[in-house]
Amino acid sequence: MRNEPSLDTRAEMHRLMVTTRAIEIRLGEMFRDGQTRGPIHRCDGQEAVGVGATQALGDEDYVTTTHRGHHVYVGRGLEPRRIIAEIFGRATGYCGGRGGHMLVGDASRGMLGGNAIVGAGIPAATGMALSIKVRGDNRVAMTVFGDGAAQTGICHEAMNMAGLWKLPVVFLLENNRYGLTVPQSGQSATDHLVDRATGYGMPGTVVDGNDVGAVYAAAAEAIDRARKGEGPTLIEARTYRVEGFSTSDMGGYQDPDEVARWRARDPIALSAEGLRDALGDNLLARIEADARAAVDEAFKQALADPLPEFTLHAASAPYAGGPR
Amino acid sequence: MTVMRYAESLNAALREEMARDPNVFVFGEDIGTYGGVFKVTRDLNGEFPGRVFDTPISEQALTAMAVSAAMTGTRPVLEIMYADFMPLTLDALINQASVFSYVWEGQVDIPFVLRTQGGGGVGTGAQHAKSLDALVAMIPGLKVVAPVTPADAKGLLKAAIRDNGPVIVLEHKLLYNTRGEVPDGDDLLVEIGRARTVREGADVSVFATSRMVLEAEQAAEALAAEGVSAEVIDLRTLRPLDLDAIVTSIAKTHHAVVVNEGWGFNGYAAELSATIMDHAFDLLDAPVARVTMPDMPIPYAEPLESQVIPNAARIAEAARRVLA
Ligand SMILES: Cc1ncc(C[n+]2csc(CCOP(=O)(O)OP(=O)(O)O)c2C)c(N)n1
Ligand SMILES: [Mg+2]
Repeated sequence: MRNEPSLDTRAEMHRLMVTTRAIEIRLGEMFRDGQTRGPIHRCDGQEAVGVGATQALGDEDYVTTTHRGHHVYVGRGLEPRRIIAEIFGRATGYCGGRGGHMLVGDASRGMLGGNAIVGAGIPAATGMALSIKVRGDNRVAMTVFGDGAAQTGICHEAMNMAGLWKLPVVFLLENNRYGLTVPQSGQSATDHLVDRATGYGMPGTVVDGNDVGAVYAAAAEAIDRARKGEGPTLIEARTYRVEGFSTSDMGGYQDPDEVARWRARDPIALSAEGLRDALGDNLLARIEADARAAVDEAFKQALADPLPEFTLHAASAPYAGGPR
Repeated sequence: MTVMRYAESLNAALREEMARDPNVFVFGEDIGTYGGVFKVTRDLNGEFPGRVFDTPISEQALTAMAVSAAMTGTRPVLEIMYADFMPLTLDALINQASVFSYVWEGQVDIPFVLRTQGGGGVGTGAQHAKSLDALVAMIPGLKVVAPVTPADAKGLLKAAIRDNGPVIVLEHKLLYNTRGEVPDGDDLLVEIGRARTVREGADVSVFATSRMVLEAEQAAEALAAEGVSAEVIDLRTLRPLDLDAIVTSIAKTHHAVVVNEGWGFNGYAAELSATIMDHAFDLLDAPVARVTMPDMPIPYAEPLESQVIPNAARIAEAARRVLA
């Protein structure tokens, strides 16, 4: 198929997914030991969505994500050490400790950024697409957002305008079946959120969100269309949140059988299956071991990094230099 | 008397009012099956079938729906999970809830309650830690209460539900687990519009709201050790203000400090300070001192956040300043 990832890309995506998972597992352990600053929104089981979608973007493109964006940050090529440093509020983090894990931004990579107001990333990417159109350059904006966010008013408003003005934006709906504790069936009368695309005059496609190659191919096609001036696409990536909403979730509302079924379709295991023949067991094992070792090292460095110091009216704070 | 947690007393208030009046219903995100992310609506789902709704993430429509449901014979209690999402509710509050009873010359009552919680100090970051009291307190036609003790939480929420106009109940995330004695029985009502004297004093009056009352009490302890007698007043109702309590206290102490966790510029403390100038200027021996958040977003890292949330030390320092 035209947009199939190459073997190199698939190997790289595998490495990035293993990297993300290693970060999530370690964060979960550190939360249990009371070592994180508050709860963490883990993305275990959804790595293929964030990684596959962002790997299809060009270096100059823009992307927005949510409160659950670690896979998007890593997929977009942000450094694990500085992501982790931000999560632990270090001066070396992507936001110098001002943002935290939900608000990571890295303008140099077009990552603008994580967002903890549900739905806010959707019009944000749409506005970036409008800016691209006004400036007449050929970038693309992508927003990765949840099934819960799909129910917000601004999601509808933004998609309507994107379709109307044929904006170069890709709407990547990461349907992990839950908005916080409420299942998809409690949030929308339809289980086919992709059907909405028709109402906005844009193509819609459903993809297996646990198949990183399929996510990549669907994203690449949508990015192509957007770059050619053919307008937006809605991609619904079907996946599942195998951990709680956050590390402080008390649970009790997800069916254990359902969780087990999805764990059996782990995106990293699926990706490994697909690569085994081409790469061989040894190379595959080395890629995974190297990724995990790099994450260990990133945690070591980030945790040794200094904490920020407070200055009133610091640079880039409102009224920098003193109130007016 | 029974010792209860703040969250439990709110839960009891909801249960009692739902039992008392079949037109009371509650809705909001994750409040049904899960019982709310702060567990304020725990078990109500099972006890009151058809009157507890988990909703999609649609704050703007939800608030407008609460207003019109209230116009047509029900008493909705809407939970907005974080005060930081209040901006999404503002059209319904500013252009709908506060307008129609007046312009339709009293043909409709709008008895609805919006509960939310704000406040910082635990690393929830710039989009989940704010106190936006001023945004709602500025709207004529709304009542705004901010209970600090479990007893007031119960009594004010019950009074809010029985009120025939819109009432905003501002809770605080760091108060939910605090304990206090709550009078027994299902008839505990705290009159909206009455302040509470927390501690009597002769030298300086500290007027505080929400969790800042607890900081003010600590400040008063520290000041007492220095021989300064501070009176601490918990305003409890932010609007309508208990002007009598404010003026009476200043008539005694001739010095005033106002404390609010929100921003300073155009903030709730600014209004308090101006109100004191309007009504008690002649009683004052020194200008009013304000203690608020600095005018900036709330940063995530502990060494940054701890410097911006007002605390006992800053309140005591403000008191020393007005007395100097
Ligand atoms: C405007 C707004 N309303 C509510 C919330 C609280 N909240 C945070 S995440 C979330 C659920 C989001 O669900 P979804 O979009 O499916 O993302 P997921 O958590 O599944 O990744 C809710 C209700 C919020 N952050 N912002
Ligand atoms: Mg979801």
